[in-house]
Amino acid sequence: MRQMIDINIQRQHGSFCIQAAFNQQQSGVTALFGPSGAGKTSIINMVAGLIKPDSGHIIINGVPLYDSSKRINLPLEKRRIGYVFQDARLFPHLPVRSNLTYGMRLTPASERFIRFDDVVDLLGIGNLLNRGPCTLSGGEKQRVAIGRALLTSPALLLMDEPLASLDNSRKQEVLPFIECLCKAFSLPVLYVSHCLDEILNMAQYLVLLDQGKVKANGPIESLVNSLDMGRHISPSDFGSVIKAVVKIQKDQFGLAHLKFPGGVLKVPDVHVNSGDTLRVRIPARAVAVAFEKPRKSSFRNIYPASILEIADEGNGFHGVCMNAGFPLLARITSHSVEKLGLKPGLKVFALIKSVNISSGGSGNGFK
Amino acid sequence: MPLVELTPAEIQALKLSLWVSGWAVAFSLPFGILVAWVLARLNFPGKFILDGVVHLPLVLPPVVTGYLLLILMGRKGAIGSFLYENFRITLAFNWKGAALAAAVMAFPLMVRAVRLSIQGVDCGLEEAARTLGAGPVRVFFTITLPLVTPGIIAGAILAFARSLGEFGATITFVSNIQGETQTLPLALYTFIQMPGGETAAMRLCLLSLGLALAALVFSEMLARRFALRLKR
Repeated sequence: MRQMIDINIQRQHGSFCIQAAFNQQQSGVTALFGPSGAGKTSIINMVAGLIKPDSGHIIINGVPLYDSSKRINLPLEKRRIGYVFQDARLFPHLPVRSNLTYGMRLTPASERFIRFDDVVDLLGIGNLLNRGPCTLSGGEKQRVAIGRALLTSPALLLMDEPLASLDNSRKQEVLPFIECLCKAFSLPVLYVSHCLDEILNMAQYLVLLDQGKVKANGPIESLVNSLDMGRHISPSDFGSVIKAVVKIQKDQFGLAHLKFPGGVLKVPDVHVNSGDTLRVRIPARAVAVAFEKPRKSSFRNIYPASILEIADEGNGFHGVCMNAGFPLLARITSHSVEKLGLKPGLKVFALIKSVNISSGGSGNGFK
Repeated sequence: MPLVELTPAEIQALKLSLWVSGWAVAFSLPFGILVAWVLARLNFPGKFILDGVVHLPLVLPPVVTGYLLLILMGRKGAIGSFLYENFRITLAFNWKGAALAAAVMAFPLMVRAVRLSIQGVDCGLEEAARTLGAGPVRVFFTITLPLVTPGIIAGAILAFARSLGEFGATITFVSNIQGETQTLPLALYTFIQMPGGETAAMRLCLLSLGLALAALVFSEMLARRFALRLKR
């Protein structure tokens, strides 16, 4: 079967070694996720052609951009890869319109499948066209940069933490556009991020990187719900993810009701609309386990669950994987695991203290 | 003779100065930009040699530069004889030689200004242009060059002003021939040597001062205008 993205590259830089291999069959957003210094940007720079791997291959949509065994190394301007940099990198001497058309005019008319007006409408930048880049806000700059890359009608779009330099409200100015452009133009996208909540609602696939190596990759939901993740990501990122639909936007206590296959979560302070489908992350450290259902407590979200698997993280904590009608991960001190005698097969009650709603990446705690 | 009225000979010296300096800058600017780009953007073994050679006229006594030019570019010189036999071009003892001497002496100043300006351009912008499908040459002409225009203007004006004042290398290489190689500083020197030439010397002195000042003000104005354009 033909791969949309087929990457297998090695590169040694000083003592840092990148050895990354992953592939992707459908279009959609693939998130390259990992801590700073994991080699995420280096990998997409190799895909773009900004740096050269030592060996391996990079094949996009059947076209080899780099293949050491066949001595292929296309110059970057021939690769047809759109690149949205962290720091927009708009050309300061050109107005927004000329920035947008810079790459478009270099693309042969027969190969353009993304139209100028569509991009301008989608990104809402119609009123900026005659302005100079220096007068734009951070969010506006990033939207123009996305438009500029899209207008080359690329075979693949690379995004290197396009939201990292923006504050939270500016992020909200850009994030919805990224989510809908992938659907609108059905482009494969490689999205680099170190923020799990940012990519949860956007990406379909996840490539987990650490120290230049691929630790895991696959569909985002099944991957993040595995106990394995606990070993590779920070405790604050470790947790289960479920898909939920907003049933009630705000009840009399101001709580939103999110329905998912295992029940209903009640969450305060979220900006959602009734009928929205979203991914909800339940941080493993916000989940507690009890043998009896607490009758009087501040926990509003309590589910009967059975323990499937327990793994020692080796740092005083155990990861506990449960089935509560939905996959649920908990991070519990090894001390408690021993004291309670937790083991696979036991029936328990899972107490959920808080969840993260992933669009925008802001945590929403509740009790 | 009043202090404000120039004699025909002085006007001739002024015109010749502008002509020689103009040609010196026009001729050396493309090379200056190229060398500045190479020094700013490329790394290669022996780069320090190129850097050194470019800066040599800045530290050598001008007479030495003029003498070297005479040896190399004179009618019997290694390069001069080649130019004469193949293209019938003579540089010795005419305005072209004066322009060459001025260009060589002003070259390091021009290269320094342009190089600084190129180093100030974010390589990331050039990379971004490459990912948008532009080859290296197109990137240079559509991104790098427009962004370093203020630096190029500053370099050109600096070189022009330096050429107007060029004396030692010129008098050594092409001598002091009125109407052919006698630029302002050479004419001034001649008047100082001449009994009764004080007024004429003072006139030329003031003229030189005015020219230099005008060049500086002009360069400052252009630089401001470009800075404004980038902030728009």
